[in-house]
Amino acid sequence: MLRFMFIRILQALPVIFVVITATFFLVRSAPGGPFDQEKVVIPEVKQALEAQYRLDLPLHEQYLAYLGDLAQGDLGPSFKYPGRSVNEILFAGLPVTAELGLYALIIALCIGVTAGVFASLKPNTAQDYVPMSLAMIGICMPSFLLGPLLVLVFGIWLDWLPITGWGDIPGDKILPAVTLGSAYAAYIARLSRAGMLEILSQDYIRTARAKGLPEWRVVTQHALRGGLIPVIAFLGPAFAGLLAGSFVVETIFQIPGLGRFYVQAAFNRDYTMILGTTVFLSSLIVFFNLVSDIVAAWLNPRLRQQFQGGGS
Amino acid sequence: MVSRQPNTSHLFSSGFSAICCALLLLTACGGGESNVVTGNRDGVLHYGNGTEPQGLDPHVVTGVPENHIIRALFEGLAVKNPVTLEPEPGVAERWEFSDEGRVITFYLNPEAKWSNGEQVTASDYVWSWNRALHPMTGNEYSYMLFPVVNAEAYLKGEVTDFNEVGVKALDDTTLEVTLNAPTPYFVQLMDHYSTFAVHPETLMQFGEMTDRYTPWTRVGNIVSNGAFTLTEWSLNRRIIVKKSEHYWDRDKVSLNAVVFYPMENVVSEERMFRVEQLHYTQVVPLDKIPLYRDMPDTPYVQAPYLGTYYYLINTKRPPVDDARVRKALAMSVDREKLVRTVLQETAVAAYSITPPDTLGYFPPKLFDYDPEQARALLAEAGYPNGEGWPGLEILYNTNEGHRKIAVAIQQMWKSELGIDITITNQEWKVYLDSVTQIDFQIARRGWIGDYVDANNFLDLFITDGGNNNTYYSDPVYDDLILYKAPKAETREERYALFTEAETMLMEEMPIIPIYTYTSKHLIHPSVEGLHSNLMDSLNLKYVKLVPGRTLPEALR
Repeated sequence: MLRFMFIRILQALPVIFVVITATFFLVRSAPGGPFDQEKVVIPEVKQALEAQYRLDLPLHEQYLAYLGDLAQGDLGPSFKYPGRSVNEILFAGLPVTAELGLYALIIALCIGVTAGVFASLKPNTAQDYVPMSLAMIGICMPSFLLGPLLVLVFGIWLDWLPITGWGDIPGDKILPAVTLGSAYAAYIARLSRAGMLEILSQDYIRTARAKGLPEWRVVTQHALRGGLIPVIAFLGPAFAGLLAGSFVVETIFQIPGLGRFYVQAAFNRDYTMILGTTVFLSSLIVFFNLVSDIVAAWLNPRLRQQFQGGGS
Repeated sequence: MVSRQPNTSHLFSSGFSAICCALLLLTACGGGESNVVTGNRDGVLHYGNGTEPQGLDPHVVTGVPENHIIRALFEGLAVKNPVTLEPEPGVAERWEFSDEGRVITFYLNPEAKWSNGEQVTASDYVWSWNRALHPMTGNEYSYMLFPVVNAEAYLKGEVTDFNEVGVKALDDTTLEVTLNAPTPYFVQLMDHYSTFAVHPETLMQFGEMTDRYTPWTRVGNIVSNGAFTLTEWSLNRRIIVKKSEHYWDRDKVSLNAVVFYPMENVVSEERMFRVEQLHYTQVVPLDKIPLYRDMPDTPYVQAPYLGTYYYLINTKRPPVDDARVRKALAMSVDREKLVRTVLQETAVAAYSITPPDTLGYFPPKLFDYDPEQARALLAEAGYPNGEGWPGLEILYNTNEGHRKIAVAIQQMWKSELGIDITITNQEWKVYLDSVTQIDFQIARRGWIGDYVDANNFLDLFITDGGNNNTYYSDPVYDDLILYKAPKAETREERYALFTEAETMLMEEMPIIPIYTYTSKHLIHPSVEGLHSNLMDSLNLKYVKLVPGRTLPEALR
């Protein structure tokens, strides 16, 4: 198991390095720079600005300098927000985005697993078709539509819930978490239905039923553990996706998270910010993939045995 | 099989209760009063402010959201009257002109204090202007001080001793400024944040004078001299300022605090206004405007704005290198129709670069929508009924609004002149690059005035001006703007010279004026003293909240 983890980590490092290098040179090749504005900047002022941010050095020296800073954990100063470092902006937004992502994931799991399991118990009946059709709608409905729709119904017509903010007014976290979670709930519902259907046709389930166990015990104690493996494998990338993909929800609900910076940095040609967010999020994706591989391996007895056999 | 039904529903209900638990995690139950209700009671204005500010250092940042917050925290030598826009006392209680307007002496109010209680002195201004103009600071608005003797030379490194720049502290409360030439709008510039004073000791505590990214503007560090002081700055969430105890005119300040919200999503901003979370919105979504406008007692406020939307023409590239073609194009744009349909009456048709009534200056209307004459001009240029037309491309930065206008104009030119036009969009920074390199035939452009004076629009088109972008060049025009207008003795004489320059410009038509911008806000009925003006410039010192007033029936 340890060797498996070690190899996976070693594989991850070159991936991140390639991401850094590709991002660095790609953003530099885009026309326009961080100090280009609609009102033209006086050449002397532009020179002074470029010197303050090391942009006057040859590109390869800038690259090496950036790698040097990165090795020390310094993502550099933001171009767009003078007086703030990229580290500071990332760490200000991360807890909020992570919290939002976590709630969204909890909601997605509760709704998704319940609906998926429910549907798998009576395949090809109304009990299957109704939740699965809803799941299909959930996958198709983009958050920029669902968010304003929920706001209109629950925030404005019914006036039950606050429509913007994060932790300012009680209940203001509900709508964004539901909006962000719903698409993932739909995926999870489909994954858990498929997983459960496969497991429920296995011999050991028949044995359990033959023993006379009530159906709910068969499902919760025997089938769920195996049936949810595809869901577990999906959770790692899903959480990373929630962190990186919360931009739309964050702007609709005015949430001070990471997503907004991630997207705006590209428009602003905020070089250090683009690099910082990309490196950070790609590391997260690699990390969560690693974690979900390990959890899936641990849940699946056959895989676990393989590691114990091959690893020792 | 029989027992399955209740059992699965058991499973389902446990799942449902799990959802309820998750939702309970997120909420801590309890209704609440809206921001507007509590704000009106406590004197707190909730203000939608566009984007997260880049920063709060007056010599470093540029932009409108920054302007609103910085002008709450700091005050210039003179401020603009929110109704007339004429300068009125700020830090300086009065000022005098001498040497035919070439020297201005500002007499500082001895009661003008920094938020730490220290007096704002004339030498603070000398230090701050040195910082604002120092080549190392990289102040993008440093040109605001260029009317001052040697200011430009200092920025460009041609003069290295700041003592040679025309600003002197005669004593603690007397600041003498020497200008290159009489500059009627110079006092107005004292309300622009790039000319504001900063507190030297505070800055030096965190770094060098010219450092751009020290934390001196953070809560707890910042020392400012305006009506408000900074108490909270949560990134992308809100900025709170509260009434200053040391501000010289504090008795006039009615608000206890202002909360600035970065509102990037204009649709969310409008929704927040509707549920009374905001007193004031920075903008209004275009598709909501007709609805609001027709409402009785509407909170919608629209006013002319000091900005012009126009098309730049590359005067060196055929077929628009011919002035007759340029005029034909300008004359066949039906601006009134464009304003009525595409822009939903949220703009004013423009026939000149300077917006009308710029501090009493009304530009001449030198041409009109005249397809007949346009066709004649085009035929004269060798394209009768569009025959032999080589094609023309309109460039705009990716934006739905710009696209709609380009499409409308493309249609008008096609139907009036029989010529084919293509339209193309580029992402913002790519577009800026193309405009700077003058790599286009026709490009969309907007100019928002920095100060209320026709000079700010007309000096764009001097030869090789940084924002000219058209290759337009005429020594007579340069002479009018750079030498004759500054020497004019009366306002009438000066405005006559501007009219002359404007006429020359429309004769050659290196640009096609399209419309004058408007400012558009939703303002809660409880807010008083937020006057509309050409600069969309607010002075929070005059704003009052009256409790008990509610939004119109149609919104509730």
